[in-house]
Amino acid sequence: MNALNNFFLIALPYIALAVFLVGSIYRYKYKGFQFSSLSSQFLEGRKLFYGSLPFHWGVLFLFVGHLTAFLFPRSVLAWNSEPLRLMILEITAFIFGISMLIGLVNLLVRRYSTPRLKFVTNKMDLVIYLLLIFQTFMGLWIAYNFRWGSSWFSTLLTPYLYSIFTLQPDTSAVSLLPWPVKLHIIGAFTIIGIIPFSRLVHFLVPPFNYAWRPFQQVMWYWSKRKIRSPRTPWSVQRPKNN
Amino acid sequence: MDVRSQIAMVFHLDKCIGCHTCSIACKNIWTDRKGAEYMWWNNVETKPGTGYPTKWEDQEIYKGGWEKRNGKINLKGAGKRRGLTNIFYNPNLPVIDDYYEPFTYKYLDLIESPAGDDQPTARPVSLITGEPIDIKMGPNWDDDLGGSPDFARNDPNLKGISPEEQEVMFQLEKMAMFYLPRICNHCLNPACVASCPSGAIYKRGEDGIVLINQTVCRAWRMCVTACPYKKSYYNWHTGKSEKCILCYPRIEAGLAPACMHSCVGRIRYLGVLLYDADKIEPAASADDKDLINSQLDVILDPFDPAVIRAAKMNGIADSTIHAAQFSPTYKFVKKWKLALPLHPEFRTLPMLFYVPPLLPVMATVKKVDNTEQQEKMHPAAKKWEDNWLYDTSTKELWGTLDQIRFPLKYIASLFSAGDEELIKEKWRKLMAVRIHRRKVTVGDISDEKVKETLHDAGMTAEIADEIYALTSLPKFEERFVIPAAHREQAIEMMDFTGDTKGETGFGIKGKIRRGI
Ligand code: SF4
Ligand code: SF4
Repeated sequence: MNALNNFFLIALPYIALAVFLVGSIYRYKYKGFQFSSLSSQFLEGRKLFYGSLPFHWGVLFLFVGHLTAFLFPRSVLAWNSEPLRLMILEITAFIFGISMLIGLVNLLVRRYSTPRLKFVTNKMDLVIYLLLIFQTFMGLWIAYNFRWGSSWFSTLLTPYLYSIFTLQPDTSAVSLLPWPVKLHIIGAFTIIGIIPFSRLVHFLVPPFNYAWRPFQQVMWYWSKRKIRSPRTPWSVQRPKNN
Repeated sequence: MDVRSQIAMVFHLDKCIGCHTCSIACKNIWTDRKGAEYMWWNNVETKPGTGYPTKWEDQEIYKGGWEKRNGKINLKGAGKRRGLTNIFYNPNLPVIDDYYEPFTYKYLDLIESPAGDDQPTARPVSLITGEPIDIKMGPNWDDDLGGSPDFARNDPNLKGISPEEQEVMFQLEKMAMFYLPRICNHCLNPACVASCPSGAIYKRGEDGIVLINQTVCRAWRMCVTACPYKKSYYNWHTGKSEKCILCYPRIEAGLAPACMHSCVGRIRYLGVLLYDADKIEPAASADDKDLINSQLDVILDPFDPAVIRAAKMNGIADSTIHAAQFSPTYKFVKKWKLALPLHPEFRTLPMLFYVPPLLPVMATVKKVDNTEQQEKMHPAAKKWEDNWLYDTSTKELWGTLDQIRFPLKYIASLFSAGDEELIKEKWRKLMAVRIHRRKVTVGDISDEKVKETLHDAGMTAEIADEIYALTSLPKFEERFVIPAAHREQAIEMMDFTGDTKGETGFGIKGKIRRGI
């Protein structure tokens, strides 16, 4: 049991994180052309609405939620100290979880019920769908059966994740958690490890920069102004090769 | 004054014969690939018609281009807020059926079918699924007004033209049409660049060509929505957007792009325009009625010493300035003021200009009483019930502008944001050139008549001759005045070129696989 715990709660996270880091950087640097969300809206634009929107907004909220609980556990606990606020948080998160699950199922059905999409779907797409559905389902299951997750996440899981990231893995608390929670943790790290091999890479390159960059972009192949300034003949800067 | 140079184009619509050679030249070089089969970076449309993709001009449907609100312009269907919030699902994205489902034929069946009682046929199959399909659409399905009730009648430019006028346009005996070849306009205020959330699209400073960086594109597909000309296409296989690259490898070497080189009607001209980058924003946000003038205002006179000085300060090569002075585009657009941008109201400041077509509009249509004539005819003879006469025997040699077959409004809606006077002015000039040349070559028109027409058009005989020469007799080097890029110098200053020999090159060398 201990060996299993150690493998899934210590080894797997480190393997996943290493693969994620090395793989994503490698793919970004050397396979830049493959960094894409691979949108299929162009081939099918109606059913996507009922899949992509609920899924993406759901996952966005829940991702930020998990991140907040990890980064600011005390704030989350303080917020939850009032039962009403705890309920609001839990119910909102649950609704987003349901929305994510519905979106995922719709996306999966859409993929396999639209003839054209068969030709832009690969095996990895199916793996991701199944993993995400499993992960979302476990999340909802946990939220429903082991209340209140937002509070015990901050006290149990945040220290565990923290110990992982500070390279002093400590599983004493998590190893006592019920198996659904462990499955959720394993699922999470599996997904992280799979990112560089799938279209999920697109979430690493969100275009936030667009919000403040100027509309137009002009690029110069080289600074002509410098090289061809009429005041300094260009031959002054001697080419290195002669 | 921030002087930059732009490779700009003029298409002379009177000369286009609608042969589609340009489209094929482009397809063979650039888009003959999986995922790009449906793309026609160059396409030729019949007008009136709905075009490709269907009704692309109707921005109520496609939400392309810029719109002006409270004196400021913003993207109509994309932009910062919409671009980021619609990223998971873009409600304004055209889908492949708005273009057409790419297809081929099973030619092999013709050869490999076993002997039988029936002729083997090559069935059409979809290039996406490989399944047999019934072809419903193509990139030029309405060529030469084919299927007019479904296509020509739905032309978005017919908005604002009265039903009676439309009736006149579409009566069989009077129907007129012209061709509209389209490529990316390599705009000065490109909506595609402005809409790209990942910043993959950029305008090149040296020659103004607008390109999409294929490694930065993330398939957020906002450019497809934003380009009002629908000239940015989504490759459904690679998950990247693509567009016309103006054959930049050829341009850099001083060669004409493939579509222009191969143009059978020799309608295409390409040359350098010097422009003032500081004036772009005011020009793009001008009032509707000033749009054309303020756009022309952005373009600078390449003979003006101040412009030349500023251009040199900005590092523009002498060869480029020289090319700008001989640029056919400058002559058509600025000097003779004959060419107009397509749909200037989209506010992208297109750098492709069109000489509006004169020929198809100049025959006259008259309402006459045909009863007497018809009574004389044999009862078995085919008769037309209506009382229109398609009259080519005008007293004036060329008819008059008011008798034209296309409502002026229609042409104005295409090329001048509705300004009819502007179109008339161009037509008067085009006609004056013809009348002047008629006098020179045939001599059956009086001097007074010619003088009067030239005067009306605000032209001299010399200018008319110049226009004639560049329209009818231009040599290849006169149609395409392209300065080669001076990258060789830049490269030598940065690297020893021998070190990287064999490494450069463009295009994707690796195998494309979706996903990983
Ligand atoms: S025509 Fe469209 S794709 Fe081309 S530069 Fe203009 S906005 Fe961009
Ligand atoms: S090749 Fe020239 S003449 Fe032929 S369709 Fe194209 S633009 Fe027109």
